[in-house]
Amino acid sequence: MVKEEIINMLAEATDKDAAEIEMETTFADLGIDSLDMTEMAMDLEDKFGIEFTPSPEINTVGKLVEAVEKLVAEA
Amino acid sequence: MSFRIIGTGMYVPPKAVTNDDLSQLVETSDEWITKRVGIKERRISETEFTSDMGTKASLQALENAGVKPEELDMIITGSISGECSSPSTACMIQKNIGATCVAIELQAACAGYLYVLETAAAYFALHKEYKKMLVVGCERMSGIVDFQDRSTCIIFGDGAGAAVLERADNYIDSVFTVKGNDEVIRIPHFVGTSPYFQKTQEDIGTPYIHMQGQETFKYAVSSIAQDITTLLERNNLTADDIAWIVPHQANLRIIDFASKRLGIDPSKMFVNIEKYGNTSGASVAIALHELAQSGKLKRGDKIILCAFGGGLSNAACLIEW
Repeated sequence: MVKEEIINMLAEATDKDAAEIEMETTFADLGIDSLDMTEMAMDLEDKFGIEFTPSPEINTVGKLVEAVEKLVAEA
Repeated sequence: MSFRIIGTGMYVPPKAVTNDDLSQLVETSDEWITKRVGIKERRISETEFTSDMGTKASLQALENAGVKPEELDMIITGSISGECSSPSTACMIQKNIGATCVAIELQAACAGYLYVLETAAAYFALHKEYKKMLVVGCERMSGIVDFQDRSTCIIFGDGAGAAVLERADNYIDSVFTVKGNDEVIRIPHFVGTSPYFQKTQEDIGTPYIHMQGQETFKYAVSSIAQDITTLLERNNLTADDIAWIVPHQANLRIIDFASKRLGIDPSKMFVNIEKYGNTSGASVAIALHELAQSGKLKRGDKIILCAFGGGLSNAACLIEW
């Protein structure tokens, strides 16, 4: 659920096909900057009832999915 | 009983510093700043202090209102960058414009002008004899910015905005929130030279603006959305009833994302950040003046002003123009 939500958000934000977005894809590859990440974090907070601040270490789609899934499991 | 705004004014110093100019000082570029912040240039003072700029904005507001300085019952300024701790910018503006009324300054950083308006409403309620007040937001942010810090020096600019208020009922509602916090936004003072004080400047940080970018962004978007929603709901209004929203000009991305979360057409947000950057407590006052001068505002229009910043302090108010 988290993975699908994140991929759909990224597809919408970047005008890409969801199938093009893979777990290894970096945010730099997608042209996603730190403010885009913050906007997405706020939407994810609302969606999953978590508190999430992105860090520079979270630089791929897979790492973001992993971080958010962990927070959702703890919530 | 509150007030209505009968005249506005603004002043920015003549020197425009472009993004390309700043790219000569720090590692940045016009493309980066434009994309992430929405600023093309900001005005930076070369000779004028905060109260000098506040004075010029005040004189214009008085002229536009057709009010003489001696008619004023009170002057309230909002500033965090006055040239002196004392006298305040309010006292110096009182002197410079030739007024004799009481003058006070308060500070709520970028939300300062909203707190000034609320305080003016309170003084109108307290002093039934008060008929006219001057309110001013004035800042020389370039004096408290570290021009070696590329994350902050690109954002801020100098300037002042002012308005003359007259006793009336047009300040309809307001919402104010403070969440005491010195981590997200912090501007330490010079620690001093006391031989007895055992802490150093290092303990409190350099006397410049320090901001956590992502946390500031989240706080700003959330506060705009929450404050506007509160005002609309409490007054049984929808966004369609509001002619204009005048937000603090902190970052175009903040304004755009807040519009999106509110479901409000971004064109309803008055924006001039591309010309002046973030002028902190002056920003809403300058934007309101430019909106008033543009001819896009009609008497009777309902408008919302909203701001957020260091404190953390945020506020919004509903005004009938």
